[in-house]
Amino acid sequence: MTTIDPARTELQPSEPPLPRRSTGTRVTRAVGIACLVAMAWLVAFGLGFSPADRDQKESVRILYVHVPTIWLAYLAFVVTAVSSGLYLFTKKQSLGWDRVAGASAEIGVAFVAVTLAVGSMWGRLTWGVFWQWDARLTTTALLFATYIGYLAVRRLGGSHQQRAKRSAVLGMIAVMEIPLVHFSVKMWRSLHQEATVANLDGDTKMDGIMLFSLFVGVIAFTFLYVWLMLHRTRAMAMEDMLEDRGLDDALVARRAEAAAQQNGAQ
Amino acid sequence: MSPAPSPSSATVDGPVIVLDDVVAVLGQFPALAGASLTVERGEIVLLSGPNGAGKTTLLRLCAGLLPVERGTATILGFDLSTQRELVRAHVGLLGHQNGLYLDLSVRENVNFWGRTVGASADEIHAAMARMGVAERLADIPCRKLSAGQKRRTSLACLVARRAQVWLLDEPHAGLDATGRDELDATLAQAAGSGATILVASHELERAGNLATRSVEVVAGQVTALGDKK
Amino acid sequence: MSTWRVARLIAAKDLRVERRSKIVTNQVLPFAGITMVSFAFALDKQNVLDTVAPGLIWLATTFSLLILVQRSFSIETDDGALDAMRVAGIDTRAIFLGKAMALAVQLLVLEILLLFAAVVLYGEAIQSSGPVLAVVLLVTTLISATCGLAAVGTLYGGLAAGFKGSETLLPLLTLPAVAPVLIGATKAVESAVGTAGAVVSEGWQWVGLLVVFAVAFGIGGSLAFGPLIDE
Repeated sequence: MTTIDPARTELQPSEPPLPRRSTGTRVTRAVGIACLVAMAWLVAFGLGFSPADRDQKESVRILYVHVPTIWLAYLAFVVTAVSSGLYLFTKKQSLGWDRVAGASAEIGVAFVAVTLAVGSMWGRLTWGVFWQWDARLTTTALLFATYIGYLAVRRLGGSHQQRAKRSAVLGMIAVMEIPLVHFSVKMWRSLHQEATVANLDGDTKMDGIMLFSLFVGVIAFTFLYVWLMLHRTRAMAMEDMLEDRGLDDALVARRAEAAAQQNGAQ
Repeated sequence: MSPAPSPSSATVDGPVIVLDDVVAVLGQFPALAGASLTVERGEIVLLSGPNGAGKTTLLRLCAGLLPVERGTATILGFDLSTQRELVRAHVGLLGHQNGLYLDLSVRENVNFWGRTVGASADEIHAAMARMGVAERLADIPCRKLSAGQKRRTSLACLVARRAQVWLLDEPHAGLDATGRDELDATLAQAAGSGATILVASHELERAGNLATRSVEVVAGQVTALGDKK
Repeated sequence: MSTWRVARLIAAKDLRVERRSKIVTNQVLPFAGITMVSFAFALDKQNVLDTVAPGLIWLATTFSLLILVQRSFSIETDDGALDAMRVAGIDTRAIFLGKAMALAVQLLVLEILLLFAAVVLYGEAIQSSGPVLAVVLLVTTLISATCGLAAVGTLYGGLAAGFKGSETLLPLLTLPAVAPVLIGATKAVESAVGTAGAVVSEGWQWVGLLVVFAVAFGIGGSLAFGPLIDE
């Protein structure tokens, strides 16, 4: 792990800029505040203003969190796929796309974990089971596993370009895998109509205030996603910058070593 | 992918290997910290230097296995930053590992490599004969060979593959005196037939007879030690 | 040398290595057999075994796939042969196709053995109504599932080869990816043997899924393999 020498305050013009102290800026502050406000609205509407459901009673309120998190997770994985493609197929192959892909995948995985956890709570409360092997849940679980694999591959090490290329290719493969998984699971579950008591995947009919609460939930979590993305991509950029700076320092050190050995030999 | 363009389409009059201030990294460590080197066709260049100096990295870079982090590198006219795949067909690397399938016999290994470039049975046999593995050793599984025999088998694969540039990392290690002499004779002959050879070795004195030129690799950079004829 | 011919060379080489070393025949096939026996210990009711036998066959195949892939790439990393192939500039699509073909052959042998084991150990039998069609279904299922498994295995095997922790990375990547094959192949075999009243005609849509999967990973894999094994 390389560290910046605090004594170095002079920067040569050719050197990369020093990383900032934090990833916060006016934009992130604005987004953060918007997120907090939206979350407050969500709490107000979700717990207060919206009524209990006729069938599910109070447990319907969990859906105001559960549904937005899975939608945002899907969005996050789409962003990963698109930025993977952009990294591979644009001429410049800018590492920025790779960072977007990686950050989005991390956040997506976190959101899916929340979805699965919250969803199983909802399932337990409403239908008495934590889990059900229906099409949507199963696909979500496999999605989760797939992107954990993606994150593991990102950690394999090597230079930034190697990591980027590897991850981007894997990201595109995941894009291919997901529809295959989705359709096979759908076929799996639609053929034999297991007599389920009711629709377990949260497609409750919502209208009026309940729909509005859901909408607020989506807005709030979208702000959260954006806020997390901004911070995470900037933090990754700084990590990369730190490593590059480390490379420059290491280069200087290695050349000095070479010179010293030369002088010693002479 | 279309077959690699033959060297005749590359600039073969000029130097075969040109490295200009090349930086290569292993993880985040700059194994090569600005190495420059020029090698002409038919030369045998010795890379000497202490452990950890970057000799292996330099060879692997020339083989197209490592990306060029900074600087420029050209082999047979192909730029290593953009045309790594095209370089590879003409380059052979004999590193710490031999690149052999240990369960297969010598003949089967050389056969495999030769046939990937469409070499005829005669060419393959000739390659094996040149390396002295055509008779006694031909059908022995490589697992049972000595280090030197494996080394020679690997070189036979290089010849069968029609590699123009040979990158050898400590080829003399583990060989007895006879083995080393034979290896040197083989290398000299190969260079005479137009192969360009880079040899990384600790052994200055021995390689002194072999090499046309010596350079020293120290802490990721290359310094010339002058011509030795 | 066309990609196809080089791929055949590589497949032949892989199979020749196996013929010499006999690792698959001496270790992997017995492993698969023992897995089938272990299932019987864990699921001790005959009627349960009957019903789940098709699934167990494909479970055992999937686990054995992981071992086969590890083996396929350990011969390459043993003495740096994969590196040597990269240095030699051999078309990575050819490497992918060649190794996948060899893997497919070994997998097919394994699956036939497992079918046989299921007949012997679990009492499975082909559908009595329309046995010929059932056999055709069975054979097409075997072939299409094998191609898909071989493609995924080779792709991720190449990626994981030579990295620390590759033994655990390979299952993590492979198992979610082959879930469609596990589902489809099980269902198709259930139709072929008539589990729980399944009829042969139901099996063909699953074969369709398996074929799509095999084509997708065959093409995607040959494109992705090169970048994934590169440094």
